Amino acid sequence: MRNEPTPQQIAEEKIYRTFGLNDEEYTKIVSLMGRQPNYVETGIYSVMWSEHCSYKSSRPVLKKFPTQAPHVLQGPGENAGIIDIGDNLAVSFKIESHNHPSAIEPYQGAATGVGGIIRDVFTMGARPIALLNSLRFGEIEGPDNAHNRYLFNNVVAGIAGYGNCIGIPTVGGEVVFDDRYKYNPLVNAMCVGLLTHDEIATGTASGVGNPVLAVGARTGRDGIHGATFASTEDPHSKERSAVQVGDPFMEKLLLEACLELIASGAVVGIQDMGAAGLTSSSAEMASRAGSGLELDMLKVPRREEGMTPYELMLSESQERMLVVMEMGKEHIAEEIFQKWNLEATVIGRVTDDGMLRLKEGDEVVAEMIVTTLVDDAPVYHRPSARPSYLDQTLEFDPASITAPADLNATLHTLLRTPTIASKEYVYQQYDSMVRTSTAVRPGSDAAVVTIRGTRKALAMCTDGNGRYVYLNPRRGGQHAIAEAARNVVCSGGKPLAVTDCLNYSSPEKPEIFYQFEESCAGMSEACVVLATPVISGNVSLYNQSNDLDIYPTPIIGMVGLVEDVDHITTQTFKSAGNHVLLVGPSDTAGISGSEYLRVVHGLTAGDAPALDLHVEKAVQTAVLTAIQSGYVRAAHDLAEGGLAVAVAESAIGGKLGAQLELNTNQRLDEVLFGEAGSRILVEVAPEALAAVEAIFAKEGVSSTVLGTLGGDALEIRVNGETVISEKVAELESTWRGAIPCLMN
Amino acid sequence: MKFAVLVFPGSNCDIDAVKAVEDVLGQPVDTVWHTTADLSDYDCILVPGGFSYGDYLRSGALARFSPVMEAVKREAEKGKFVIGICNGFQILTESGLLPGALRHNDHLQFRCEISPLIVENADTAFTSDYKKGDVINIPIAHGEGSYYADEETIAKLNANNQVVFRYFECDPNGSIERIAGICNEAGNVLGMMPHPERAVHEWLGSADGKALFTSILKSWEGRQRA
Amino acid sequence: MMIARIHVTLKASVLDPQGSAVTKSLHALGYDEVTDVRIGKYLEIKIDTTDKAVAEERITEMCEKLLANTVIEKYEFVLMEA
Repeated sequence: MRNEPTPQQIAEEKIYRTFGLNDEEYTKIVSLMGRQPNYVETGIYSVMWSEHCSYKSSRPVLKKFPTQAPHVLQGPGENAGIIDIGDNLAVSFKIESHNHPSAIEPYQGAATGVGGIIRDVFTMGARPIALLNSLRFGEIEGPDNAHNRYLFNNVVAGIAGYGNCIGIPTVGGEVVFDDRYKYNPLVNAMCVGLLTHDEIATGTASGVGNPVLAVGARTGRDGIHGATFASTEDPHSKERSAVQVGDPFMEKLLLEACLELIASGAVVGIQDMGAAGLTSSSAEMASRAGSGLELDMLKVPRREEGMTPYELMLSESQERMLVVMEMGKEHIAEEIFQKWNLEATVIGRVTDDGMLRLKEGDEVVAEMIVTTLVDDAPVYHRPSARPSYLDQTLEFDPASITAPADLNATLHTLLRTPTIASKEYVYQQYDSMVRTSTAVRPGSDAAVVTIRGTRKALAMCTDGNGRYVYLNPRRGGQHAIAEAARNVVCSGGKPLAVTDCLNYSSPEKPEIFYQFEESCAGMSEACVVLATPVISGNVSLYNQSNDLDIYPTPIIGMVGLVEDVDHITTQTFKSAGNHVLLVGPSDTAGISGSEYLRVVHGLTAGDAPALDLHVEKAVQTAVLTAIQSGYVRAAHDLAEGGLAVAVAESAIGGKLGAQLELNTNQRLDEVLFGEAGSRILVEVAPEALAAVEAIFAKEGVSSTVLGTLGGDALEIRVNGETVISEKVAELESTWRGAIPCLMN
Repeated sequence: MKFAVLVFPGSNCDIDAVKAVEDVLGQPVDTVWHTTADLSDYDCILVPGGFSYGDYLRSGALARFSPVMEAVKREAEKGKFVIGICNGFQILTESGLLPGALRHNDHLQFRCEISPLIVENADTAFTSDYKKGDVINIPIAHGEGSYYADEETIAKLNANNQVVFRYFECDPNGSIERIAGICNEAGNVLGMMPHPERAVHEWLGSADGKALFTSILKSWEGRQRA
Repeated sequence: MMIARIHVTLKASVLDPQGSAVTKSLHALGYDEVTDVRIGKYLEIKIDTTDKAVAEERITEMCEKLLANTVIEKYEFVLMEA
């Protein structure tokens, strides 16, 4: 006999509570089953109904995202979304969080996050071609922040360790440092894959009698209840055993074997055993097909002796997949997997009775109706209340701040800020070039990956400013989408679709739920205006510890199509004598919410920077048209640090100075460091200036010639007075040296 | 001229090597699975980069025992051209086809960037389209690329002109004497940590690797005429 | 059945960057008496024999052939009854 509590004990001693189920949810399970669930069943319901798997708090909000468009081949609900890019080609992508595991064990937490997102993409039949990562940590400066440096170093090493080994280039992402993330670092990994229309696979378990196979790694006792763990407060109080260890070599073999298997045409459905392992993969595959599954626990390949059905169903061992094959074609899987030195084992069959039935030999050990696991999961319409802090932050009066006298020094201060400083320290640890398709490597607005055999390329980036969302949830949500799209445009791509990773604190707090609801509404508005539907995503809640909530941080992964490789554009200045133009609103609308305000004045205050979505759309259309017409030598989005930082970054990259002149009635710090949206810096040759200005005029977009490129210094004059004058080499040394200096 | 690109479980620069041969030379190239025991059909064998066997135990240590490595040794003895790039270089040193060993980078991090190299020996079959002293930009991407050999071996390598490439004005991994690539005494086996197959189009950041491929083709053509 | 407990470490003449990094960290933590750290691998191999001489010969062969790269590494092992 196993030493497991009986159904009566589970009910009477309220053992279900330790699984994360509340009294109401337990009662609902009993009524759906018509009896008390046993230990295995309680475990299975608890993970299927966890926030992580059921999206019970977020579902009503997520439903409002625009997800349809003619080019969307697969929207949310599958392992990853898919969009059409013409020529029978399609792109599959998704972003996912691994925040909680990374807080506990940063190397493995980040590594397995990368592994999981890669599986989500190749499960769709796509060859993974690029990885991106969006990271948030506490401040890394000074003796008190050794733990933040440890997290930062090990997360980066974990991403590198996994991605480099499996041979998928890590081409982009961003890293932001703010103490709001010191207990809850954010590790969001995105994978982009390429496939043809006929190669699309899905996670469907259909066809009565079809065999169900467990393939890849064996099942061990690691990570049991990881999904529940991700849905509770404070990961630090939880056991470290919930952390899984990644094996990128195994995954490389699994990737090759699965793509070969899908190409055989004998696969009915395939799904990653990710969070909640065999439980969620089997229930979700059956749910999508409206079928049932019968699995024999004794047949599940295992690493350790004596594993119980409970452990087998809830294990989160990595690098495993569940595959449904056409009946009689099991041998195809066995042969392919043998070639790659992997196991493929039939563990059950598809049925038509709508049940998830688990056996040990002939004995039934668990039996649940599939729809009750997936569709009947509770949905909570959490109460929402406007946060009271907004009254204070919105009261901010810029007149209370004195602009610094030495703006050169201020520019250096900003360039030295880890959030703005060069991230070379990070990305030189990533193999960004393997597969020899990376045309724009990390460090520009968006990465660009070419598609062999065509003139096309894909532009991709991640973006999200939690501080903006904190200060104005709705506009902050709009900013996230707008900036991601702007980055894609600056690289020469037309933004096509969005994947989102929604990182927030506890949805049970009305003020947090307000942030969530409002920011998602803002994202939806921007998605509609910019014609970029949401095709996949992930929600990470309960990012709070020691009474510190993270900033509400929706991270946007955006993919765009570069129609012709000749349109690929980078942010670095190219040639002396060329003009620099600022496209978009010339008024920065103040310093509210800016990185400058935070770094130089220690304030997170004011409204989120200004943004008008229709102006944004026009600016993006205008700049993309100018790029496609061949007139733009460089393009760079204005973001953290505003105009001065953007110009400095382009100058540093091109090792080329610039002499710029502005006329304005705004304050100097507002002009130089304000962060209003919809603004792009472009470099244009003198002979193309008239043509470019005509394009901008036609789109109704304002543009200003700021000056010309040349020399070895960056000089900015405002109203005839020189306010910035510094050698590019000096700016470069500050910007490039900042993070290595803090880390060594 | 026929090229073979070996594929071990965990190789991941195999496709890049194939593309480079196709794009630069337009010559026939096959990928060859690690269980293959005969390579006599091929004129040049490329041992590509990646993480063969996950780099477990030591990089290159497990791949060395694949059946195909016996065939590589046989063909190398016959004088066929063999190039090991990155993990391929590690495999060739583990196999004893090239002297020395590759250690963890001295800074302990993986490093990926475009690195300037100086061509030390332009008289090899692999470098005749370069000139001695040329500085070329070639990507590196490795965590264990710090070349080591004892003093006697290093002296011998220098005396025989077996050091083909050194890192130029940079030291990405702590290699002895900044050695980036070496060849065997006979001059038909080359091993290098940098990736010439990643530098074959300007849009990749550099096209300086093309000359390595064109050199090999010329050397082979020279042999055919002889 | 016997168990071989094998240590593989870098030769004294070969720089051990991991060891140097750990030395520095230990010094930073105040363990000033630490003069050197060498990091290596530890392997446990179960072998199906009772003959110690045979086991010793086989394990030595394994170390030479695969487990250590004798260009940069040295190895030592102890054998015990399982």
